Amino acid sequence: MKVSLFITCISDALFPPIGEAMAGLLARYGIRLHFPEIQTCCGQPAFNSGYWDEARASAKTILEAFDDSDFVIVPSGSCTGMVHHYYPKLFENDAVLFEKSNRLKEKTYEFTQFLVQVLGVTDVGAYFPHKVTYHPSCHGSRLLGIKEEPMQLMSHVEGMEFVPLPYAEDCCGFGGTFAIKMSEISGAMVEEKSQHVLETEAEVLVGLDMGCLLNIGGNLKFHDKPVRVLHLAELLYEGVKNREQTAGV
Amino acid sequence: MSKPQGSNVKERAKSALKDEFLIDAVKFTTEKLKNGKKAATEEHGNWEEWRERGRLIRAHTISHLDYYLSKFIENARAQGVHVHFAPEAKDAARIAIEIAKHRGAKSVVKSKSMVSEEVHINEAFEELGIESIESDLGEYIIQLANEPPSHIIIPAIHKNRYQIADLLSKEAGETLPPETKILAGFARRKLRDKFLEADIGLTGCNFGIAETGSVVIFENEGNARMVSTVPKTQITLMGMERLIPSWDDLEVMATLLPRSATGQKLTVYMSGITGPRREHDGDGPEEMHIIIVDNGRSLQLGDPEFQELLNCIRCGACLNACPVYRHIGGHSYPGTYSGPIGAVLTPALNKNTQEWHDVANASSLCGACYEACPVKIPLHDMLVYLRNRKVERGYTASGEKMAMKGFKMLMGSHKLFRKAVKAGQIGQKLLVRDGYIRSQIGPLKGWTAYRHIPALPKRSFREQWPGLSAEIEKSIQPMSGEMELRMEEIVQARRKGGGHA
Repeated sequence: MKVSLFITCISDALFPPIGEAMAGLLARYGIRLHFPEIQTCCGQPAFNSGYWDEARASAKTILEAFDDSDFVIVPSGSCTGMVHHYYPKLFENDAVLFEKSNRLKEKTYEFTQFLVQVLGVTDVGAYFPHKVTYHPSCHGSRLLGIKEEPMQLMSHVEGMEFVPLPYAEDCCGFGGTFAIKMSEISGAMVEEKSQHVLETEAEVLVGLDMGCLLNIGGNLKFHDKPVRVLHLAELLYEGVKNREQTAGV
Repeated sequence: MSKPQGSNVKERAKSALKDEFLIDAVKFTTEKLKNGKKAATEEHGNWEEWRERGRLIRAHTISHLDYYLSKFIENARAQGVHVHFAPEAKDAARIAIEIAKHRGAKSVVKSKSMVSEEVHINEAFEELGIESIESDLGEYIIQLANEPPSHIIIPAIHKNRYQIADLLSKEAGETLPPETKILAGFARRKLRDKFLEADIGLTGCNFGIAETGSVVIFENEGNARMVSTVPKTQITLMGMERLIPSWDDLEVMATLLPRSATGQKLTVYMSGITGPRREHDGDGPEEMHIIIVDNGRSLQLGDPEFQELLNCIRCGACLNACPVYRHIGGHSYPGTYSGPIGAVLTPALNKNTQEWHDVANASSLCGACYEACPVKIPLHDMLVYLRNRKVERGYTASGEKMAMKGFKMLMGSHKLFRKAVKAGQIGQKLLVRDGYIRSQIGPLKGWTAYRHIPALPKRSFREQWPGLSAEIEKSIQPMSGEMELRMEEIVQARRKGGGHA
């Protein structure tokens, strides 16, 4: 059984601890995560801007990288959504790559989907004594329907106080190149989102997509607000290690 | 408090974002409508099933639009309606003017119609010296302000009651207090005379019923009923895609539309009009005209990426759900239609890829519009298709083209990607302070004006992986038999399913 990590370009370059957390968590369930080096980026920055030829060059590395995997795990609802919803469209005129896209689509899972739907794990045995709020990213929740999985995982974290985020389902304003092209609108959106995060008085903001968290976290930092921003995999892994340390494992 | 200024969406948005009155007014009302919709759909119980039913009805009708149009026209004519067809906006205006001239009309009273905005009918009447008065309260307000609607169903959403009181006071010649009841009372008195004087009543049309050639109008103020019964001549402007096959189908639309639009279970007035006044009718127009407007709609037929656009029932739910619309208001968009539907409809109807500039970029692609849509139009996908068409035709900026070429080269090869990240790790040193890049320079300016960027860590994940995986190897536990079986079953099921999820 080959379970592979699709790290995503953003977590690869900017947030390596997320890959470590995923590998560490899955190891505890007997999964030896495999990392095919030829992967780069899902292609969304180009695809969403309308540059499909450019997106294909990038997407092909993903098709190749995971061709012989049984499961592909992604720490992003957005990049998973790209594979699920747009790869078949992107390669509709190439019979071989279209077929590969469809095969990749059915074995690709966002991280919490894999934990809950495939492994059947909702309690990773984490202890995380902090006040936490959660931003559900749009692509994960709307395009993939990931709503319950993170909530189930968080509900079993011991010691954690969960504070619902007001207007949680509102977009944070990231939108990839949108944040640059329409910077004023994007800026107004992220300002509003940060305001809602601060209203919760949470110590930690957690999410499933580093694009959004780069955006919100960057804005919180801009305003010098000491909110810790984590991917849920990081929170769970830290929580598991906390528990193991106290138990003396 | 004038309209946001600028030659494109970005500039107009910038100006709108500074207008606190506008933003507060838009936020306040969209929030109210969104909550209303949420409550109404939850209360409904089977919303998703009805939504799918609505989508099917619309998709079926649009797929057979030629058939239903000819049936509609045949049945309307059999009821004594004069049916006209306008290929373009200017044709619709010309036909309406010919009717007005023929009837010797001096004044027109209108009920709300987005198509009439689309074809600029008021301006056409005014040129001829025919008075054309809006009778929907919101439309009346923006007509007094000399502005186009900024929302599909709440045309004056961008104005607060103080601004409205100012406008109506000017019209009244006395100071009216900013109280909704008093303001609406003034408008009602004023408009009542107009209804009685008008030679022509001009309406829009929410649905055309093909099986009887009838026109159905949804409204809350009763003004459309006045417009369609008091004047001697009625003109109805109808987009050519407004049809549904039967009255049975209307039940689904009558459930989906008001709940999506305002959170009402039913609209206050729903008028079904089949032909002009008959011999024994108590009221109604002597003469009835329906102008069916194409104006770019037929260009979507047979286009696999945009045909579904014609399924829209103009409820405005996507505007209320859209975080971009909420921040910039409707006047930041070009054209008659705003919000996500407008961002797609305006370029699609005009097919002027080169000219429509940046409207398709005014979306974070969050998909809230799709989720809100009662007939499930994938607007977030269509926005990407529009961007793609612009690229395919070579109409994007050269800097962007270069950047995307760079993306293609780097992301096409993991070796180059790795090198680029390495170069970034070294090259960023001058910019990093306390682990963050803060300087507002070059292409990053739009980003850093609102956010700091975390510095690239010394080593990327792929650089760390060989060491990490060796470390993690120590903590590998045995897999439970149950888990192994689940995974096996999933892989087996895929093979049986022929490989497609």
